[in-house]
Amino acid sequence: MRMILAAAAVLILAALPVFAPWLQFVLTLAIAKGFAALGVAVLLRAGLISIGHAMFFAASAYGVAFLARAGVNDFAVLLILSVLTAALFGAVAGAFLVRYRAIFFAMLNLAVSMVFYALCAKLYGVTGGTDGMAVPIPGIFGVVLAEPAFKSVLFYLSLTLMVLVGFAVHRYLNSPLGHALSAVHTNEIRLEYLGIPVWAVLLIAYVVSAALAGLGGAIAGFAIGRVVPEFAFWTASGHLVLIAVLGGIGGVPGAFLGALFLELLHSAAVTVTDAWNLIVGVALIIVIMFMPQGFYGLLSRKEASSL
Amino acid sequence: MTRPILQAKDLHVAFNGVKAADGVSMEVRDGEFLAIIGPNGSGKTTLLNICTGYIRPKSGRVQLDGQDITQLSPRAIARRGVARAFQIPQLFSAQRVIDNMMLALAAKRGLWSAVRPLETAARREEAKALLELVGLADDSERISSTLPEGHRKLLDIAVALALKPRLLLLDEPTSGVSALERFQLMEALMGALRHQQITALFVEHDMEVVARYASRVLVWNAGNIMAEGLPDKVFSNAEVRERVVGVA
Ligand SMILES: Nc1ncnc2c1ncn2[C@@H]1O[C@H](COP(=O)(O)OP(=O)(O)OP(=O)(O)O)[C@@H](O)[C@H]1O
Ligand SMILES: [Mg+2]
Repeated sequence: MRMILAAAAVLILAALPVFAPWLQFVLTLAIAKGFAALGVAVLLRAGLISIGHAMFFAASAYGVAFLARAGVNDFAVLLILSVLTAALFGAVAGAFLVRYRAIFFAMLNLAVSMVFYALCAKLYGVTGGTDGMAVPIPGIFGVVLAEPAFKSVLFYLSLTLMVLVGFAVHRYLNSPLGHALSAVHTNEIRLEYLGIPVWAVLLIAYVVSAALAGLGGAIAGFAIGRVVPEFAFWTASGHLVLIAVLGGIGGVPGAFLGALFLELLHSAAVTVTDAWNLIVGVALIIVIMFMPQGFYGLLSRKEASSL
Repeated sequence: MTRPILQAKDLHVAFNGVKAADGVSMEVRDGEFLAIIGPNGSGKTTLLNICTGYIRPKSGRVQLDGQDITQLSPRAIARRGVARAFQIPQLFSAQRVIDNMMLALAAKRGLWSAVRPLETAARREEAKALLELVGLADDSERISSTLPEGHRKLLDIAVALALKPRLLLLDEPTSGVSALERFQLMEALMGALRHQQITALFVEHDMEVVARYASRVLVWNAGNIMAEGLPDKVFSNAEVRERVVGVA
């Protein structure tokens, strides 16, 4: 049942740009943010809130820009290397951060990401400062496409990756490692007494979450064609937490549902009114008060009662 | 006499001046079912905390198979085959009962698979068998936080058993367990210990349980051992009867 629902949703997403071409960009960006929010949601499983994950989002997008500047021009290579860059950042930051819990973890993630933001904004000679860096259209297996064609390829690739990576993360969360991750939230003492190294469980999750944010960042960089320090600003991190909470931490589809909802709401709100933040705030209040499990909870509750 | 598995030598620990361990020396011998009895606050749980690396003694040593483990972490000691069930159950309370069990089973080996599911048919089978053993077969799909206190105790014990330890430390296994289930639990536990050749130490307040099952008894008082011996001998000691058993 859930598989059918998911398949239908993906098909609808795939068909939408055919009828409304302007949606393609919005949807690509939504999927990109969905990846990053999924990264935040992975850590939420352990009860850890990162208000700094936009850093990995930005690091990866900058990675693409730097690599492109250095002459790397292959789409696949750029994507893979930039995600690895984010994962590497995650391993370094995570080794230090996973020793902390609760508000300390949240604030330290925020602090580290703000240092990164400041560096991106101030090192004008290297990063172009607040102007950012261009992300050129790469070649795909040696073929350089025109911009519209590339954007279409990017969208359908993102959609495919959403399914594949989403499935992989789903597997991870259901594995012993994934269960151990949730167990960190409920009882670290018991985990220790089971002989499970909590820090290793968390570090793996942190690297996974950074890589996910990185994948999102690379896609966003390609879609926008530019990376700016704002990618790493704390409000962007806050948005990712918002999406993760909106979607509910229960499952993988939640993060993407949350991101789609927010991006569509955003594009509707800016055209109709400029009260975007007001609308988002009210939406969040409604979700938290009436759907504490997020959008995903809505789906899985239906599923449970239909058994 | 059989060789000791666990040895504590001259342990000292104090909390704000309260001596929770005041020169404790003891040993757990291979194959025995050693009971620890003693009044509230006499330092029984503290001994388990020291022996599993949860707290470090101010002085003294703990040895497992003759090797010093005093400075090791609970994780490292668990890896050496020592499992513990707690006085206050330590569970993954948001998870199902069966998931608690399967994670413990996976912890023994195979935790590092990030692609294979926690729930495999074999693992579920094994978890079910252990739940059956402690009398929780009907609760396996429940979220552990919804279990009554006595059943949480049982689950905590089952989780410890899932590690297939050589040495099992049980902190008041029957407290909170109903009088009806108490002896069922003990019978099942004794069967499992014998079958799997597990040595065990258990802190216990129920003297009937101690008299019936313990192969040896240590009597605790104010941070140290005041008497030691076979249950019959210990219970006939006038001072023990007065201080601990509660009948003069
Ligand atoms: N972490 C701690 N911090 C401060 N005091 C402690 C700590 N652990 C134990 N104590 C104190 O040490 C003494 C021994 O406690 P312990 O828990 O070992 O007793 P116990 O014999 O297990 O008692 P009970 O039968 O009530 O479980 C008590 O006075 C207790 O208050
Ligand atoms: Mg105690």
